[in-house]
Amino acid sequence: MTTTSTRAPSNGQTVETKKTGGFTAAAANYIDERTSISGAVKELGRKIFPDHWSFLLGEVALYSFVIILLSGSFLTFFFQASMAEVVYEGSYPPLKGIPMSAAMSSTMDISFDIRGGLLMRQVHHWAALLFVAAIGLHMLRIYFTGAFRKPRELNWVIGFILFILAMAEGFTGYSLPDDLLSGNGLRIIDGMLKGIPVIGTWTSFLLFGGEFPGTDIVGRLYSLHILLLPAIIVALIAMHLLFVVVHKHTQYPSAGHTNQNVVGYPVLPVYAAKAGGFFFIVFGVVMLIASLFTINPIWNYGPYDPSPVSAGTQPDWYIGFADGALRLIPPGWEFVWLNHTYSLNILVVLAVVGLFIVLVMVYPFIEAWITGDKREHHLLDRPRNAPTRTAIGAAGVTFYASLWAAASSDIIATHFHVTMEGVIHTIQATTILAPFLAFFIAKRVCLALQKKDREIVLHGYESGRIVRMPGGEFIEVHQPVDEYERWKLVSYNDFKPLMLRPNAQGKIGAAEKIRAGLTRWFFEDRIAPVTQTELDHAHGDHPAAITDSDRPSEITDK
Amino acid sequence: MTTIKTHQARQTRKSGRRHPLASVALIAIGLLFTGGAYAAFSTSTAVATTDASSQQTIAEGEKLFAANCATCHGLSAQGSAEGPSLIGVGAASVDFQVGTGRMPMQMQGPQAQKKPVQFTAEQIAALAAYVASLAPGPAIPAAELLDAAGDAAVGAELFRINCAMCHNVVGAGGALTEGKFAPAIENVSAQHIYEAMVTGPQNMPVFNDMNISPENKRDIITYLKYVENNPSPGGLALGSIGPVAEGLFIWIFGLGAIVALTVWITAKSN
Repeated sequence: MTTTSTRAPSNGQTVETKKTGGFTAAAANYIDERTSISGAVKELGRKIFPDHWSFLLGEVALYSFVIILLSGSFLTFFFQASMAEVVYEGSYPPLKGIPMSAAMSSTMDISFDIRGGLLMRQVHHWAALLFVAAIGLHMLRIYFTGAFRKPRELNWVIGFILFILAMAEGFTGYSLPDDLLSGNGLRIIDGMLKGIPVIGTWTSFLLFGGEFPGTDIVGRLYSLHILLLPAIIVALIAMHLLFVVVHKHTQYPSAGHTNQNVVGYPVLPVYAAKAGGFFFIVFGVVMLIASLFTINPIWNYGPYDPSPVSAGTQPDWYIGFADGALRLIPPGWEFVWLNHTYSLNILVVLAVVGLFIVLVMVYPFIEAWITGDKREHHLLDRPRNAPTRTAIGAAGVTFYASLWAAASSDIIATHFHVTMEGVIHTIQATTILAPFLAFFIAKRVCLALQKKDREIVLHGYESGRIVRMPGGEFIEVHQPVDEYERWKLVSYNDFKPLMLRPNAQGKIGAAEKIRAGLTRWFFEDRIAPVTQTELDHAHGDHPAAITDSDRPSEITDK
Repeated sequence: MTTIKTHQARQTRKSGRRHPLASVALIAIGLLFTGGAYAAFSTSTAVATTDASSQQTIAEGEKLFAANCATCHGLSAQGSAEGPSLIGVGAASVDFQVGTGRMPMQMQGPQAQKKPVQFTAEQIAALAAYVASLAPGPAIPAAELLDAAGDAAVGAELFRINCAMCHNVVGAGGALTEGKFAPAIENVSAQHIYEAMVTGPQNMPVFNDMNISPENKRDIITYLKYVENNPSPGGLALGSIGPVAEGLFIWIFGLGAIVALTVWITAKSN
């Protein structure tokens, strides 16, 4: 060891110097002697991660966040979070000489007069859209594979809070340039706040520092956007990742994958290289999009002014569901009581959207309570093997998608040449009815796929080979499924509805009744996995592993 | 009580400002004043009408009108159940409606759609001259108002305040009620933009010279032409329709590309 440290890498020593490790080993040793990090590296470096494309979606979100941090830091160098009125004298002619806030003016300068500024703005904004979209897709993957089950319920909640915080980051950031579009968005927030009885007006005045729009809001949103929210997000991401390390990664059911092991590659060197490379790929995609496609052209929108509103004014996509919910409320939903107006058109939206968000956040606990399942799960469910959960997810996605689509009702009307009223009425109907339809269809499709799996396990694949029996009968030879594939098809958890049992006092409580009812709803329609007995029985007098034979007597289809 | 009151009212209505003909007289006086004032203010009207109002052109226009327009608008442009009266709509209206192909209308619908122009420039001019000869109305604007060399910043601000709520901030168009819509203002000639403002075609309100001065209309045209002739500084504009296009783009192409790459990264080597 001492010898390596005395040998500098550039001192001309030949082969044997390199064999001892040279500079890398020396540096590693230097660091280890002072931090004892080798223990952690040994532990983390041998950490196994399973390989599947859908396991990288969370990484996409993480990398987008890193891109947002980098580009955002650049933007803070030039952005002025002030609503002081200035006259724009930059290089975009259609806004020259127009009074605007310093925030808008500095954003214009970033876009037109600072080298690389527009690219950084677009990188920041596109990465933000990708960040929330990747979180959304990541969450869908977690949900539909049941990765939120014990012991990962808390990590689901943390992830969901991150999703909400990402939306908050997006909204606060989008409002900073003080342009017409974002000002209209703030006005909607202001209206929603003021629609809350008793505290609404006060809250609005508190937020805006007086009557909307005031001169404070950009500065306040800036503090939230660059200080408080990112700090919470970074802390929660750290917890989120720590939990991933503690729980170990889940894996899809497959031959050799059990609840006790993790099959995949170690972090060092494979995963570190893959994940590191993947960061640059994500960065590259964002850069490519940002350099080719305009996003949030504030020079078109102009400075905020409470009077104009542009046609086609929408929020960024992740706020769309809330905007859509507002658009779907039929006219006249308000009443006057004790000389105060109660705006149900806003309160209903707040209640429905709020309830939806809370239900999604606590879903793991609801499902655990219904199923009474207290086991740890490290093997993922194939979505078809949890039909009711998949159907609930499909209904939720449909509901969200309806609200989301409603936010673009006017764009749908103009681009598909249909009437605005027709679009709104159709989406009103789909918001309420389509989730039920989606639930039914998804559940039936899951059950049908499970039946198909059963059929394949018991009787194999149709081989397309037709054999004529001695008696003249034609039958098709079935190809038995191989052992590895069969493992995947039969190894899933089977649940039965809970039995209603009296408690210690010999009574059956109301909660127990509800729970029993819910488990019946959850597991009533189910396809049990194929058992060994069934498997043996299906293949009659010969073992399952035997492939088809030309002897007609061995063809045992049905 | 009530009978007495109505009796008294009926008596008093017969004289002075309650006279049955009083309202007619009032309208006549009003028309005289507004017409006189209009003639005094809009000097361009007089200039333009003298241009294309040779008797021969008007006669030719009348023939074209009778053959192509009279079915709906009536033989003397007085209007019918199928189409409005064209008396007083002016040459600008004819030039816009026929010049953009909206008239003759292909079919009744929420609003007349743009389509390939059906007439030659001379025929349109003749039609315009004929309709203008029926009664004074907005004339075809003078060339100096259409040079798109005004103040784009003023035009942009006016456009945001007066036009953007239907046409979108860069004139990409927008939805109205019951299947009507504000069309995109891309590749529309300066003359047609000006005429649309002064005549208010379809569902558009009229922006007369009291409302937006001819000079400011020139500024608005300047802004629209600036946007049309200068590509978006940020790259492809995705239709300039705002966050909906951006959201769809990131989900379909952005996340689509990323997912394709994740599949590639985790693919097993053959």
